Amino acid sequence: MASHYEAPIRKPLVVGDKGYHDVTLDIVAPVEGKANKQWWIVFSIALVAFLWGIGCIIYTVSTGIGTWGLNKTVGWAWDITNFVWWVGIGHAGTLISAVLLLFRQKWRMAINRSAEAMTIFSVVQAGLFPIIHMGRPWLAYWVLPIPNQFGSLWVNFNSPLLWDVFAISTYLSVSLVFWWTGLLPDFAMIRDRAVKPFQKKIYSLLSFGWSGRAKDWQRFEEVSLVLAGLATPLVLSVHTIVSFDFATSVIPGWHTTIFPPYFVAGAIFSGFAMVNTLLIIMRKVSNLEAYITVQHIELMNIVIMITGSIVGCAYITELFMAWYSGVEYEQYAFLNRATGPYAWAYWAMMTCNVFSPQFMWSKRLRTSIMFSFGISIVVNIGMWFERFVIIVTSLHRDYLPSSWTMFSPTFVDIGIFIGTIGFFFVLFLLYARTFPVIAQAEVKTILKSSGEKYKKLRDAGKPLYEMPSSTKSNSKKDQ
Amino acid sequence: MANKVIQALYNDDDILMLAVKKVKAAKYHIEEVYCPFPVHGLDKAMGLAPTRIAITAFMYGLVGLAVAITMMNYIMIEDWPQDIGGKPSFSYLENMPAFVPIMFELTVFFAAHLMVITFYMRSKLWPFKQAENPDVRTTDDLFLMEIEIHDNEAALQELLADTGAVEIKVSQK
Repeated sequence: MASHYEAPIRKPLVVGDKGYHDVTLDIVAPVEGKANKQWWIVFSIALVAFLWGIGCIIYTVSTGIGTWGLNKTVGWAWDITNFVWWVGIGHAGTLISAVLLLFRQKWRMAINRSAEAMTIFSVVQAGLFPIIHMGRPWLAYWVLPIPNQFGSLWVNFNSPLLWDVFAISTYLSVSLVFWWTGLLPDFAMIRDRAVKPFQKKIYSLLSFGWSGRAKDWQRFEEVSLVLAGLATPLVLSVHTIVSFDFATSVIPGWHTTIFPPYFVAGAIFSGFAMVNTLLIIMRKVSNLEAYITVQHIELMNIVIMITGSIVGCAYITELFMAWYSGVEYEQYAFLNRATGPYAWAYWAMMTCNVFSPQFMWSKRLRTSIMFSFGISIVVNIGMWFERFVIIVTSLHRDYLPSSWTMFSPTFVDIGIFIGTIGFFFVLFLLYARTFPVIAQAEVKTILKSSGEKYKKLRDAGKPLYEMPSSTKSNSKKDQ
Repeated sequence: MANKVIQALYNDDDILMLAVKKVKAAKYHIEEVYCPFPVHGLDKAMGLAPTRIAITAFMYGLVGLAVAITMMNYIMIEDWPQDIGGKPSFSYLENMPAFVPIMFELTVFFAAHLMVITFYMRSKLWPFKQAENPDVRTTDDLFLMEIEIHDNEAALQELLADTGAVEIKVSQK
């Protein structure tokens, strides 16, 4: 059929001899199967880290923020670093599902579900930090536009911190409904295959009674497209607004107009790195190599290379602007970053974020799974250091040299960070065993254009389907 | 006899499309088609009206924008005007640059959530809703076309058998 045509030069996105039913079987396998020993080991480690994090959070809340390494000069450090790091990671999911949908990139279909899951789980981690940092998290609702109990005083809509509240909560909730709407047909598939009554009940509940009528699908596609159109500027706005937290202040090193695009590029960079980290393991463990192919990893590596280079340009632009501005405070801030007591963090950032992605120019390296995994970890570390460098090195040299100080994290700072990593993996591991980790309904729509089986048929000049003869033989007229 | 339906199952989206066109050409009304994934062009072939859900999203977005402007105008300008950093809050328009991020966020928030809620309501999707697909295989790899029978069972049987269906059932609704 002409409607399924795709240029022969394009490599198949689903390899192997897969038909529609094979897709169902492959994607439902991790859900219907039993968890193996490795899963339990990794899950236990993540759970312990999570519980340790909860312990540190309880200690912080019950004793006070004084348990952290913050001081009078460095009033923001690991908490905000971790917040920005997690929000940044949370950008790839919506980027993959929304921006790549608008660009009609078919390769997104194998990875969008997990990338969106990663987004939601990491934004949850991010949201924890400002709430804990409030010191009295039970008053977190004070960020909402309600007159507080001291009279008719309201929240300040001129504050970028309040913009952040709106941006992050809109982003989290819109990503969640985008993800869930896409999940309905796939939950329905698991529901209709389930044999155990309990499993059937759970997946019936989760699938919201999805029946797959033609009209439902028509609306489903329109809703997906409009959500993608809404989520695209949304995802760009979120990290833009996160960067406003810094850019609208008057701290040298923060007061920079290039922050919004620079932060957005950095967010996409770290988000894709985290997607690579997770999916390289998942494709192996859940036997999804036919769907998440080396080509997918290669394409993500190219995105990492491009966004890494944009981030590199931003770093150099910052240095240039500091020099060119003639503002000596600004010049000192950057000189201090590169040569001061935190130079090790600055150069760690430079190496991880600017230098290491350049290896991806080599086709051999970017198609190597082990190498891609290594780089994805390096990039995640580098992006954590980027936020640390921006936040701590800009603060630790105050306007008054008498206030100059250093920052060192306490075990509580470290514990909460490790706890969020544990929490993230607890959520992701549970997701990997109970959710359809690939948007199977969407993959089925591209099977005829991009599946290896159908590409071969088309190349051989054969039809993509065979008229079944069974019912024909029932009607005597045809014989 | 009015609630008796004939259901033809297909194992391929291209065959389904040909079948739908054939049935429409024979002037039968297709009650419903259940698919495991969206088949492009199926809604047009079946004669379904285009969905207006994108229009509702636009209107919901306008509502969100209006809510944002009204809320911030009341809170920041009317109820408790403040002079922050030498920039007094006397007029919404003059103070608007600071309000743009939240005007945008609430536009998106309203448009996205209310559109999705509209979709769920219109397509009858909510927790504890029972699924209505007549055959469990329609979420896996089979496509089901349903036509109401009005004393024309034999004719329909014959027509559908000719369209490449893998299975034909008659059932009471």
